[in-house]
Amino acid sequence: MSTALIGAQAAPRTEARPTTPRRRAWLRFKRHRLAMFGLAAITVLVLAVIIGPSLIPFDQLHIEMRARFQPPPIGGHWFGTDQLGRDLLVRLLMAGRISLTIGFMAMLVSTVIGTTVGVAAGYYGGWVASVLMRFVDAVLCFPSVFLLLALAAFIKPNIATITLIIAATSWMEVARVVQSQVRALRHRDFILAAEMMGASGPNVMLRELLPNAIGPIIVAATLTVARAILMEAYVSFLGYGIQPPMASWGNMLNNAQQYLGSAPWLAIFPGLMITLAVTSFNFIGDGLRDAVDARIDLI
Amino acid sequence: MGPSDLILDVRNLSVDFATHGGMLRAVHDVSFTVAPGETLALVGESGSGKSVTSLALMRLTPRPPRARLAGQARFRTHAGEELDLLAIPEPAMRALRGNAIAMVFQEPMTSLNPVTRVGEQVAEAVLAHRAVGRREALQRAEALFERVGIPDARRRLAAFPHQLSGGMRQRVMIAMALSCDPAVLIADEPTTALDVTVQAQILELLKALQRDTGMAIVFITHNLGVVAEIADRVMVMYAGRIVERGAVASVMRAPLMPYTQGLLRAVPNLAIADRFEPLASIPGTVPNPTALPPGCSFEPRCPYSVPGLCDTCVPPLEQAVAGHDVRCVRWKAVAECRT
Repeated sequence: MSTALIGAQAAPRTEARPTTPRRRAWLRFKRHRLAMFGLAAITVLVLAVIIGPSLIPFDQLHIEMRARFQPPPIGGHWFGTDQLGRDLLVRLLMAGRISLTIGFMAMLVSTVIGTTVGVAAGYYGGWVASVLMRFVDAVLCFPSVFLLLALAAFIKPNIATITLIIAATSWMEVARVVQSQVRALRHRDFILAAEMMGASGPNVMLRELLPNAIGPIIVAATLTVARAILMEAYVSFLGYGIQPPMASWGNMLNNAQQYLGSAPWLAIFPGLMITLAVTSFNFIGDGLRDAVDARIDLI
Repeated sequence: MGPSDLILDVRNLSVDFATHGGMLRAVHDVSFTVAPGETLALVGESGSGKSVTSLALMRLTPRPPRARLAGQARFRTHAGEELDLLAIPEPAMRALRGNAIAMVFQEPMTSLNPVTRVGEQVAEAVLAHRAVGRREALQRAEALFERVGIPDARRRLAAFPHQLSGGMRQRVMIAMALSCDPAVLIADEPTTALDVTVQAQILELLKALQRDTGMAIVFITHNLGVVAEIADRVMVMYAGRIVERGAVASVMRAPLMPYTQGLLRAVPNLAIADRFEPLASIPGTVPNPTALPPGCSFEPRCPYSVPGLCDTCVPPLEQAVAGHDVRCVRWKAVAECRT
């Protein structure tokens, strides 16, 4: 990860070890405890959803009517079982695969869209910026949950469509951040210098502007993952997202509603997973924001 | 010197900017020529139009309708072709920028991309105009670093701009400008941001590079000491117009325009310092370009101005002695006053 402009200049000059902007940002990130916690939690979570299901002797879809509503941790079901006697832990992990995949993919798609729109608007300015940014404002005006539900009602929900729908409602933030960054950088001397060297428009955008705006882009992208996971849980909870028997954290919560009194663990565990994933990404985002914001160096 | 010996022939260049109060003329009808291997100094204070002139030659002023260029700037390419820099299409102009015409900036601190290694940035300039591979471009960057006197060139390629001193950064900028062997180098106050010893080094470097490559240099500065050091000819600008031009020796020894005389008096020197005299200055300020005086634009500040003569119409640029032009109706009287 790269750092913002001022950081490169304000940083102490340690000749002993050549410090790259990336390295300095990492050093600053390491000082942020919650962010390090978030990073650790996400790492564990990702490893768990990848490896975990193969280590558990139950299948997520295996129905065991004799073992319904077993509270944790009885009968080898550490997190208990649901109303059909399915192991909750393996379902949580399989749901995690889907929720995290949607979170990451939606982040990638929305970051690419948002960055493209933002760089184009910031670089060209004038009417191009007016048209693009007014479009961003227009999309922001829609309440995104309703937009999401309306779209989901027309489109057959699966991982790909849910990802695209979420991405379609969350790229505007990135576009705004990138546009303001690029607009601030646009008239810096080194951009003019690059143009004097005969650099073409795309060259200036990709090689000069983008690397200097990468810090805020990464911060926005991280926060977008958290938002996308939350959005997925939202639509799935309302029944428009991932459809049973496939599990997602959102539809597991939906399912748990009717048994809230008798089998509270069915709601508690998916809720905890969502909370853990979302707060972890938000902590990482905070840490990255401090890491790429060079003003910290001056303190 | 016939026209075919010239590398750059600028005729009647005018630059207008659109402002809320209408069009503002920043450069008025400027004509000059540059021969290969020659150094032309453009002198003037802030707002005199010298930097705008250079930006106009690079066609980096804002696009119409925000700014308008008029006139001609004929540039002779390696192949002997004559191009009008103000008229050729943008892709052709982009192919010239950094290639046949390069520029060095005033601020080495901010002219380099802070998140890219300097070697990469120089290689980038090579790649923009030459069909070479990345590795070859980096080798060329290393050779350029050695040529501009950056010690330990190979290791410095991997440095980030913040790890280099101002002088070193300016050398990197010069290396970048030289990357494609330009025929014309426009140097916009390249030494202003540097301290005096480094200034001298950079001037020496530019002179040595010019001897080796035969490139023409257009050197923009407000420092007359630097002009005497580096230029062959000098062109003094005031309020967007050329007010005096000629060979350096002639202009420095016998300035004809009262403005140039004022500038030369304002150069600090040891003789004054010994006598503890205050440094001479020119009273008043540069006129507002939206409200230029009807006559000579220096008239309101000129000690020799005569009402009814100087403030009625803009004086023409006339030849005083061979190769020395001045824009002042009273230059003869002024010269007599001084002797």
